[in-house]
Amino acid sequence: MTSGQASTLLTASGLTKTFPGTRALDGVDFELHAGEVHALLGENGAGKSTLIKCLTGAYRRDAGDIRLDGASIDPHNTLDAQSLGIGTVYQEVNLLPNLTVAENLLLGRQPRRFGFIARKAMNGEGREMLSRYGLDIDVARNLDTYSVAIQQIVAIARAVSLSGKVLILDEPTASLDRDEVRMLFDVIRGLRREGLGIVFISHFLDQVFEISDRLTVLRNGRLVGVRDVAGLDRLQLVNMMLGRELAEETRDHGRTGIDYAAEPRIRFSGTGRSGAIAPFDLDVHRGEVVGVAGLLGSGRTETAELMFAAAPKDSGSVTKNGKVLRLASPRDAIAAGFGFSPEDRKTSGIIADMSVRENIVLALQARIGWSRRIPRRRQREMADDYIRRLDIRTPDAEKPIGQLSGGNQQKVLLARWLATNPEFLILDEPTRGIDVGAHAEIIRMIEELCANGMSLLVISSELDELVAYSHRVIVVRDRAHVAALVGQDITTDRIVSAIARPTNLEAAQ
Amino acid sequence: MNARMLPFYATVVIFLIAYAICYIQFPAMLSTRVIGNLLTDNAFLGIVAVGMTFVILSGGIDLSVGSVIAFSGVFIAVMLRDTSMHPLPVFALLLSITTLFGAAMGLTIHALQMPPFIVTLAGMFLARGMAYVLSVDSVPIVHPFYEWVQSTYWLMPGKGRLTLIGGMMLLVFLAGILLAHRTRFGTNVFALGGGVQTARLMGVPVARTTVLIYALSGLLAGLSGIVFSFYTSAGYSLATVGVELDAIAAVVIGGTLLTGGSGFVAGTLIGVLIMGLIQTYITFDGTLSSWWTKIVIGALLLGFIVLQKGLVGLTGRSAGTAGGR
Repeated sequence: MTSGQASTLLTASGLTKTFPGTRALDGVDFELHAGEVHALLGENGAGKSTLIKCLTGAYRRDAGDIRLDGASIDPHNTLDAQSLGIGTVYQEVNLLPNLTVAENLLLGRQPRRFGFIARKAMNGEGREMLSRYGLDIDVARNLDTYSVAIQQIVAIARAVSLSGKVLILDEPTASLDRDEVRMLFDVIRGLRREGLGIVFISHFLDQVFEISDRLTVLRNGRLVGVRDVAGLDRLQLVNMMLGRELAEETRDHGRTGIDYAAEPRIRFSGTGRSGAIAPFDLDVHRGEVVGVAGLLGSGRTETAELMFAAAPKDSGSVTKNGKVLRLASPRDAIAAGFGFSPEDRKTSGIIADMSVRENIVLALQARIGWSRRIPRRRQREMADDYIRRLDIRTPDAEKPIGQLSGGNQQKVLLARWLATNPEFLILDEPTRGIDVGAHAEIIRMIEELCANGMSLLVISSELDELVAYSHRVIVVRDRAHVAALVGQDITTDRIVSAIARPTNLEAAQ
Repeated sequence: MNARMLPFYATVVIFLIAYAICYIQFPAMLSTRVIGNLLTDNAFLGIVAVGMTFVILSGGIDLSVGSVIAFSGVFIAVMLRDTSMHPLPVFALLLSITTLFGAAMGLTIHALQMPPFIVTLAGMFLARGMAYVLSVDSVPIVHPFYEWVQSTYWLMPGKGRLTLIGGMMLLVFLAGILLAHRTRFGTNVFALGGGVQTARLMGVPVARTTVLIYALSGLLAGLSGIVFSFYTSAGYSLATVGVELDAIAAVVIGGTLLTGGSGFVAGTLIGVLIMGLIQTYITFDGTLSSWWTKIVIGALLLGFIVLQKGLVGLTGRSAGTAGGR
């Protein structure tokens, strides 16, 4: 289907949404046709979910216009959007697991007789709704007795019956297996034939290519482009998503100078966890920066969590300087000299109401045990020291960290781990959501740390940055480590092609 | 069958086994007299437990009901002593007060997004305090209407007496069952227990339902207070301390999930009867201390919570949802 002849169902123009400190959407245009599946793509923080939330009324937009069937709309909440014709189904099925399938389908409009719910009529109606999707199940049973795929289809059936024009599917396939995905896609194709406009959000590029007619790519809250899927090159798409212009490169290949013949400092062998990341082997040497590249949801964060024992591993062992480590919890990992600065610093990193000083001291205090309290004066000295060394912009060490800017919060987190003097530090997206100037400082710090002999593992979507500081880059795709690039071989081109088509690269090596 | 039915079946089986044990030891326990007394003695607890079932099904808790029962008794006794009003308009007045009281708590819980535990704890102190304000001493109730109600019963075969208050409890249970399992309001209560956020996204009127749930609990606590005043012929501000906890125990033993979203009003009736049966057994035995009631109920409660925990874990795993809310 080409964009010219199809009838436009939903348009958004110049959508803007600002949150304190960030502009989540910046003048984004979006157009959805009737009878098309339109994929919405972008990395974390690209603005996908903000766009969806503006369309469904979960957020009020600051500026811009939304038109449905040519008429301007302004949904105040999701129910409002639903009655206008825009229904949404989320990855985490937004239905009630403790009610029956029929109750979920018809909640709020159950058929009644004499004021009481007519069970038979309700179940009959529910069965009929599902039969349209080729689903023949006992609708009188509780929803949670069925698989996620069936729950997903029930959610779609409810959304379509309530709205009926636009269906937004937010990561619907994230927890489905192959057969279930096929079942879901059959349902989606059926709805497309009926003329619904479907917005499909997924991190799985294979699925995007399989089901979508067109796609829109967002990056950093801005529209990157709209493309017809037919004839689109994968490499081109990954480039759009990661936002790399071929011309502007700071350094053309990764760093060298690590003696790989020496015994590695930390060695992960066969470490893995089913459903999260396939078993991998990884050696980390003294003074080495190992970069991890991959799209969101590829298993890169899972890699870090397994390494830090924040998630239990099914298999594999870890050795440090040749000695086997028993890592059952992050506490053990900290004791072994590991540090981990997680991706989402707002929820799993900083403690917003505590002061900069308290946030810095936290990990060190946990390491030496809470019974041996670090003297207040020593805490002060440490905090002031790191504030100076890392150039943290805060009036003083007692300011609550939540009031600092993103870049400065990131530096405080870094200081927290540096205070424990780790030998192996894992940084998950250290430059996410911070301004350009702070980027450069964080990168400078990473280089400085490894020059001092620390080993680092850095996960990042910013390929240029990875190239700039990595001695080695691991490429993660579909929950497995698919390629490793060393020194001279590390270029953004090679990383992108490894992310896009791992098979080609493996053949080339 | 549905795994969620298991706690209910477990309750029924435990009740039958307990009754069988009692019957083997004391054959007289299977008479309609004992059954009639069981219903009469536990009428006030049963009625308030129906309201508690709705509250717990929605994921909340109502700690105020014991105090509301005491307040109701004192209110009725003082009104009958100090005014010349007939009990029926007094009852109407009382029920409107307790219903509004419950509704106000529901509104506070919803509007201020406060935990029900805290709000109803405050309500508990407030209602108990109001009872003290009305009268610190026990106030006897002497009224022809009371004598008539107390002496009216249906003589069951076997000379058992089904009193008005016992019958009232059964009616309340019947109404509760229909309300919970056969109306849109009932489904909304379960929906809140399944997840308030999701329920809101699915269009459940969260505010109205929350207010109605606590209003219903207040209404039934008031009704329970009336029944209790018939049962004791007095109003005393120190009465029914801890009855809210008995009601919660009856609800949980009856197979309702303490975290909400799953359970049965009928199960609560069995829960109340199990508690009454233990009491009756101790009375029949004559040598056991009445504290054994508390001990057995404590053990049962623990057993049921462990059972539910196991079931939740089981269904959680079978649905394959990692990382719950």
